[in-house]
Amino acid sequence: MSSSDDAIKNHGAERRLFLRRTIAAGVLLLILIGLLVARIYYLQVAKHGYYETRSQDNRMRVEVASPVRGLIYSRGGELLANNQPAYQLEIVPEQVADSVDATLDRLARIVSITPADRSRFKARVTQTPSFRGTPIKLSLTQREVARFEVNREQFPGVDIRAGLTRHYPMGKYAAHVVGYVGGITERDLADVDRKRYRGASHIGKSGVELSYESALHGNPGSRVIETNASGRALRQLDEEPAEAGQSLVLTLDAKLQRAAYDALGDKDGAIVALDPEDGGVLALVSKPGYDSDLFVDGISHKNYARLINNPHKPLYNRALQGQYPPGSTIKPVMAIGALESGLIDPDKRVWCPGYITLPGSEHHYRDWKRSGHGWINLTQAIERSSDVYFYKLGMKLGIDDIHRYGELFGLGHKTGIDLPRENPGIMPSREWKHGHRGQPWYPGETLITVIGQGYMTATPLQLAVVASQIAERGHAFKPHVLKAYRDSQTGATQAVTPQALPPIQLKDQRHWDTVINAMRGVISDPRGTAHHYVGMNPKYPIAGKSGSAQVAGLPQNEVAPDLASIPYKLREHALFIAFAPVDDPKIAVGVLVEHGGGGSSVAGPIARDVIDSYLDSQQGETRGPVTAQTAATGAAENS
Amino acid sequence: MSHTAEQDAPTTLSGWLTYWRIDLPLAAALVCCGLLSLFVLYSASGRSEAIVVDQAIRLGIGLSGMVALAQVPPHWYRLGAPWVYALGVLLLIGVLVLGDAAMGAKRWLDLGVVRFQPSEISKLVVPLTVAAYFHNRSLPPRIHEVLAAGLIMAVPVALIVQQPDLGTALLIVAGGSFALFFAGLRWRIILLLIAAGAAALPLIWFNLHEYQQQRVMTFLNPASDPLGAGYHITQSKIAIGSGGLFGKGWLNGTQAHLDFLPESDTDFVFAVYAEETGLFGVLGLIAIYGFIVARGLFIALASQDTFQRLAAASLALTFFFYAFVNMGMVAGLLPVVGVPLPLISFGGTSMVMLLASFGVLMSIHTHRKMLVT
Repeated sequence: MSSSDDAIKNHGAERRLFLRRTIAAGVLLLILIGLLVARIYYLQVAKHGYYETRSQDNRMRVEVASPVRGLIYSRGGELLANNQPAYQLEIVPEQVADSVDATLDRLARIVSITPADRSRFKARVTQTPSFRGTPIKLSLTQREVARFEVNREQFPGVDIRAGLTRHYPMGKYAAHVVGYVGGITERDLADVDRKRYRGASHIGKSGVELSYESALHGNPGSRVIETNASGRALRQLDEEPAEAGQSLVLTLDAKLQRAAYDALGDKDGAIVALDPEDGGVLALVSKPGYDSDLFVDGISHKNYARLINNPHKPLYNRALQGQYPPGSTIKPVMAIGALESGLIDPDKRVWCPGYITLPGSEHHYRDWKRSGHGWINLTQAIERSSDVYFYKLGMKLGIDDIHRYGELFGLGHKTGIDLPRENPGIMPSREWKHGHRGQPWYPGETLITVIGQGYMTATPLQLAVVASQIAERGHAFKPHVLKAYRDSQTGATQAVTPQALPPIQLKDQRHWDTVINAMRGVISDPRGTAHHYVGMNPKYPIAGKSGSAQVAGLPQNEVAPDLASIPYKLREHALFIAFAPVDDPKIAVGVLVEHGGGGSSVAGPIARDVIDSYLDSQQGETRGPVTAQTAATGAAENS
Repeated sequence: MSHTAEQDAPTTLSGWLTYWRIDLPLAAALVCCGLLSLFVLYSASGRSEAIVVDQAIRLGIGLSGMVALAQVPPHWYRLGAPWVYALGVLLLIGVLVLGDAAMGAKRWLDLGVVRFQPSEISKLVVPLTVAAYFHNRSLPPRIHEVLAAGLIMAVPVALIVQQPDLGTALLIVAGGSFALFFAGLRWRIILLLIAAGAAALPLIWFNLHEYQQQRVMTFLNPASDPLGAGYHITQSKIAIGSGGLFGKGWLNGTQAHLDFLPESDTDFVFAVYAEETGLFGVLGLIAIYGFIVARGLFIALASQDTFQRLAAASLALTFFFYAFVNMGMVAGLLPVVGVPLPLISFGGTSMVMLLASFGVLMSIHTHRKMLVT
């Protein structure tokens, strides 16, 4: 080596140098090892708890197993609400052949994809792991399913997933009873046990779906899933199965419900039919109805606007929420009150000119029949619906007793039916007027109250309850729609015990006979107001009472003009209450036809239709029982 | 007197070891590591027997190669190193021209029979070449000699950076630098170089590939991107940390088995090991590594000429450096660089080349001339 001449290798010095360097290296080594050990110690001991948790969180995911919602049946077993398989189109972005956008464009050629679908998809896809499907379309039609299936190979990463969606087979016919479910909101969650709604998408919003939400919903279960790094489920570590919601059997008679809805024809109104023997609601109609299916997957703005802006207010449940002056339908209640108070002799005839006046007043309180009814007793007064007779009766009874007897029949208070958003109506009193109007009670108001006008209002449901109280001679039951719970798995039913209403105890039971006979006369007596409209060819005795409620107070002194000449909104409401058969009542109805005109002529025939529909038919749904045993009994009765 | 291969066939274990020029303490520690590797990989690969068999075969090849290299007299290495070094440089050029690209980098050379990374040859031969260069020179080295040694390192490093494989380039620089350090490079030059390196950092930074910059950024703040570039490091820290004192037990680590930990059988195998064996397992592994390095330094101290001293010491220190860089990276102490855990990670070339370097160490140790005084 050329350079070796400038220095002679000093082996001893080099060895010492090397030794020093080795020692230096050793020290460096120990420092580095110390650093490493300190780091590992920090991770494995000092922060062990933290990383342990992170590791657990990493690998386990708890998924909610949503419960299947209970079904809703009519009393005869017809489905009123069921869970239908829905076909949902999903895209798994990582499996898509080209781009997601290109796939969407191609998909749009075979299934309809709206811009709204697209934007919803775009919003959700970014929040979903790319191996998991994001729905692009929530409910495919059968046709679209078929069309997609045919073209399936062209769409890798796109799949149809079957789920369940709520469906209401009776649609508008039973919408106001069954109600609907809708997307769950923060506000809905405020009233429920949030734990039961983990992962839930829907909740009852109205009708039975709302009032029995707790039973229908069931209890969610959970699955503990071990996942890998990308979140893909590998295996199930633990499972707590979901508990399906309870199914419900309603007292509703599906066939009668349809018949009642149809009986209203093209008119708006409400019909409530009760089984007087247990208070079960046989039919509860508010017309127009609406398609409850629209609400399930979120109603579109267009459809909602259409419902809200419809002048006939389809979403308004007239049967429970509508408060109408009951008109003359209240007269039987007032008659009972007067009889029970001993203020009148039912057989004593009273002179009924076409009007009366109060002392010290010029005002004419008119009878609907301007020529008057002449000399009539109580029975005739009810049959012919004399206003003057009842004005006089009311003057004797006074507002305090009118109020007391009205309340006895449940007026002015919610019936407590197991449906949401019921209104109480108004049974006016001195206190009520003082409280609400800040005015004393005027004697004239007593006169119009006793014929169900003025401040007094009642819901069609309350009228049906009044009918069943009379039918059962004061021993009626609280109206209800739930007949039984039905276990979704075993099918075992558990009947709900009907609750009796506070009984109306009369000192003299014959008062019931008097009034019931008079109500029977309304229909059967040739001079009864409804005889001509309702009483022809009776198959069984029917008791009833008509009512016509003024809407906008027509000036009392004017002659009521022809119905057709009055603007629709100002026409009087037609009302009718009835029950049949008189001796063993099986059905009690309250009918309201909004702006229908005469109670006897318009509402009466509808009540008759409903009663006939129920009592004529002994087959199928009608009186049709949930159990086979009672079905056999029904058949036996028929033979 | 010296023990030589010309003696009669041995009848005892120690005789047999001597006959084959095997250093028992070193061999025992290496075999320990190799066997440990099989267990760790079985778990880290998700119970893949194929991987274990594969690794066992490589271990066998590596150990055979080590024993074979131990037979070669050390001065052959001194004389052969420059030639092998030159071959290595040629192969690196070959890689750049013909190499197989894997994971976006050209590192592999396919020779038909075997695919291997020529940079691994350089890893072994660069320190040997530097040692050989200083063999006859008076130490400590003078400035032009330091520059010459720097050039020896710079040629392969420049080629490897082109691949690009920053990790390996760094290891080669480390290997050559260790030889320079043991040659007695003056402290003031060392400090100067460190200062120059620090000053050059911005320059290096802007010449890094984006993914490399990303790795460094991630190292500095892994939480900034926990699902992207910081994912490796976050997950490996979770793995290590959740292991605790005693670990979750063999095959019970969840991080690796559920794929949270990427590259769990190669560069990040240490995380699996730490998760399953805990702090005690880690200390055990560090002890084995420490023992191997200590034995290497002992061999260097006991060796009889400059080349042997420098070669043995720098190979031992390089081995430690690999282990430290890997563990430090997995534990989040250092940025992510593609350095496998020596003798444990799955990978043929690395295992064979590491064992080859221990073959050289054994050759140095067993060819000592026993001086009778």
